Amino acid sequence: MKIVGLIIVVVTGTLLIYTAADFPAWSDPSSPASTYLSPHFIEKTMEETSVPNIVTAVLADYRGFDTMFETTVIFSAGVVCFFLLRISRREEPEARYYRHVLTGVTIQLKEGYKIPPSADFEQIDDDWTPPDLIIKTVCRILIPFIQLFALYVIAHGHHSPGGGFQGGVIMGASVILFAISHDLRTAVRRISEKLIGIFCAVGVLIYAGTGALCLLLKLNFLDYSALAGLLHVDPVTARSHGILIVEIGVGIAVLATMIWIYNNVSSAGRYRQGL
Amino acid sequence: MTDLISTIVAKYNYWIYITLMMIGLYAMIAKNNLVKKIVGMNIFQTAIILFYVSIGVKKGATIPILEHGHGHDAQHVVHAMDYINPLPHVLMLTAIVVGVATLGVALALAIRIYNNYNTLEEDEILAQIRKK
Amino acid sequence: MIWPIDLAILTLVVVAAIGALTVKDLLGASVLFGSYSFMMCLLWSVMGAVDVAFTEASVGAGVSTVFFVAAVFRTTRRTRD
Repeated sequence: MKIVGLIIVVVTGTLLIYTAADFPAWSDPSSPASTYLSPHFIEKTMEETSVPNIVTAVLADYRGFDTMFETTVIFSAGVVCFFLLRISRREEPEARYYRHVLTGVTIQLKEGYKIPPSADFEQIDDDWTPPDLIIKTVCRILIPFIQLFALYVIAHGHHSPGGGFQGGVIMGASVILFAISHDLRTAVRRISEKLIGIFCAVGVLIYAGTGALCLLLKLNFLDYSALAGLLHVDPVTARSHGILIVEIGVGIAVLATMIWIYNNVSSAGRYRQGL
Repeated sequence: MTDLISTIVAKYNYWIYITLMMIGLYAMIAKNNLVKKIVGMNIFQTAIILFYVSIGVKKGATIPILEHGHGHDAQHVVHAMDYINPLPHVLMLTAIVVGVATLGVALALAIRIYNNYNTLEEDEILAQIRKK
Repeated sequence: MIWPIDLAILTLVVVAAIGALTVKDLLGASVLFGSYSFMMCLLWSVMGAVDVAFTEASVGAGVSTVFFVAAVFRTTRRTRD
């Protein structure tokens, strides 16, 4: 198999090198990629949408259809991970292990018996490791600032690099940090599975709903200047606000999917013990 | 001959991008371990994204965020040759996010395969399937 | 667009890619993959693509490496090739 792979790689590489000799030189301002359509976007973005970040304006307004289906792809990836891994059948009652928090004594209960969640006893599994005080404390201090930064990135997507995706991923990473430093059970108790699934769908719904709202107000699908009557502003600012609304929708969908995929992959579907 | 040498030196970035793509392609075909194949897939994806983003670079231009962009009274004339091409960035943002979604699904499949066959090496899995 | 920095980071990128595919420990492969991802992010910020670099820093060098480590934790860590 390695020889076949080597032959394929060498042949493809030679073909690519042969065609790359005709490419325009690097960073040439008059290359065909930079003279056909992009001058129109660079010059007209400010007066049509009043958003200085050209990439955000093109992503959410001029090419908004692509971004809507990309959000749907993210959502379906989360759903596929859930269907592949999640095991929720009623397993036969087995022995549970509990640990007294203050003294560290571990007790084992026979099949079927369990202790209701209380502050003195915590449930542990086969691959339980003792939590580290330094990691727990540092993460508890850091997580609110990470979430604040994520909200800042979403809100300032118009004027600085950032936007919906980046802010959503950073916010999801903060919840993953909480699940790593503390227990997966603690994280799932705070943000339950059903809430994550609903968030994921709500993000896509916000995006498609804004588009449908513009359709109901007698303009094209995803043409945000139709929101000018609803928000009592002129059409140019309405496009800027429409971009903000769909970026929030994208952020919510991405945040929920990152947490969902992490929960399923790190516990192999059982939701008992994570990393 | 000097013409060939100057062409090779001027377009050095394309050769490195092609090398990176071929490393990823070789890993996807020839490696035995499933996780190494997934790493090769990601290397291939990011190498293609690198190639596309490098098309938009312009000499002497700045990042694609308009200056003097506050308020409606900022009616400065914008020259297209002052800013680099933003269109490849837009397409590649979508590509990166779709890449991480594909990574999540691929890792979920690898965990399921491990639960069934208790190994991640491709030849051992094929031997177990043939024996059944 | 400073070409010495560009060439240096490109060399590091190729070294990290070959390293991630050659080590026999899957946890080391995922950490090397995280460093490859971060070198790519540096390359793109040198080229001026700040949005793409931001996304790759948060997605590639952050969440993607965590997924790999979680999957390696649930399966096996050793590999023969």
